Amino acid sequence: MRKRTLLLSSASLFLFLLPSLLLAQVTDAEKKYTAFEMRSNGKIYVLVACILIIVLGLICYLVRLDGKISKLEKETK
Amino acid sequence: MRKSWWKIACVVLLVYTVIGGLLFRVPAREILGETIRNLYFHVAMWTVMFTLFTVSVVYGLKYLRTQNLRDDIYAVNFAKTGIVFGVLGYSTGFMWASYTWTEYATNTQIFKEPKLLGTAIALLIYFAYMVLRGSIPDLDKRAKISAVYSIFAYAMLFPTLYILPRMMESLHPGSQGNPALNPNDSDPRMQMVMLPAFVGWTLLGVWIATLKVRLDLIKEKSILNA
Repeated sequence: MRKRTLLLSSASLFLFLLPSLLLAQVTDAEKKYTAFEMRSNGKIYVLVACILIIVLGLICYLVRLDGKISKLEKETK
Repeated sequence: MRKSWWKIACVVLLVYTVIGGLLFRVPAREILGETIRNLYFHVAMWTVMFTLFTVSVVYGLKYLRTQNLRDDIYAVNFAKTGIVFGVLGYSTGFMWASYTWTEYATNTQIFKEPKLLGTAIALLIYFAYMVLRGSIPDLDKRAKISAVYSIFAYAMLFPTLYILPRMMESLHPGSQGNPALNPNDSDPRMQMVMLPAFVGWTLLGVWIATLKVRLDLIKEKSILNA
């Protein structure tokens, strides 16, 4: 029970901090050296979505392989 | 799916790494710019490679004690997966350097870069490990010789990747008092993604390696039970 409260409180703390990480004041250095434009017109999220599709696709493939090997293990036993 | 909780943790951490790694704020730095986020991807490849090679050498030592071919299968498959991640780390490093170092270093400096040369040597030593294994048909002899070789290969890993580049003039972070991965020196905003990223990628590497191990254990079942 205590473990669960700890988990929940840390999760809510994280959710609370998230907007401040994403939306805090932009400094001049950030405008100069980082992809400030990409963030302001929203296209960075397209990139995030594409990379997520690749990573999750690869993981799905791994899960399927894992399942196939588990089946083989059962058959050979 | 056997013992799947750590695989779920791997997926969660990797999704967090991609989202946080690309969207969270990072310190604005000259030359690096947004590529500073490579800390969650390029550097993570090396932590995976080190973990896998360490597991491999432990199983190699275990084989030398027990002479059990199961340990040899673990050792070789962890090393193979480690090589894959090493090559990924090397090629991402190449990509990263070709857009950042070239801004102020000459080509000669880049070709002489001790970190690149050291890493290439370390990886070649591990390629030779595979060649050595492939050249010995006798199973027990192959396992024994490659276990001994892997100890030497592992012993060369730290000098070639960390010690030598730090002793010479190098462009790579982590040299000449230019700290890389110093916990007191990295930005807390980056650490929030860095550590989960390292753990997530490492779990992915271990996952792939264990799949290969399990497949080999099935393939070599007749030999293992004899």
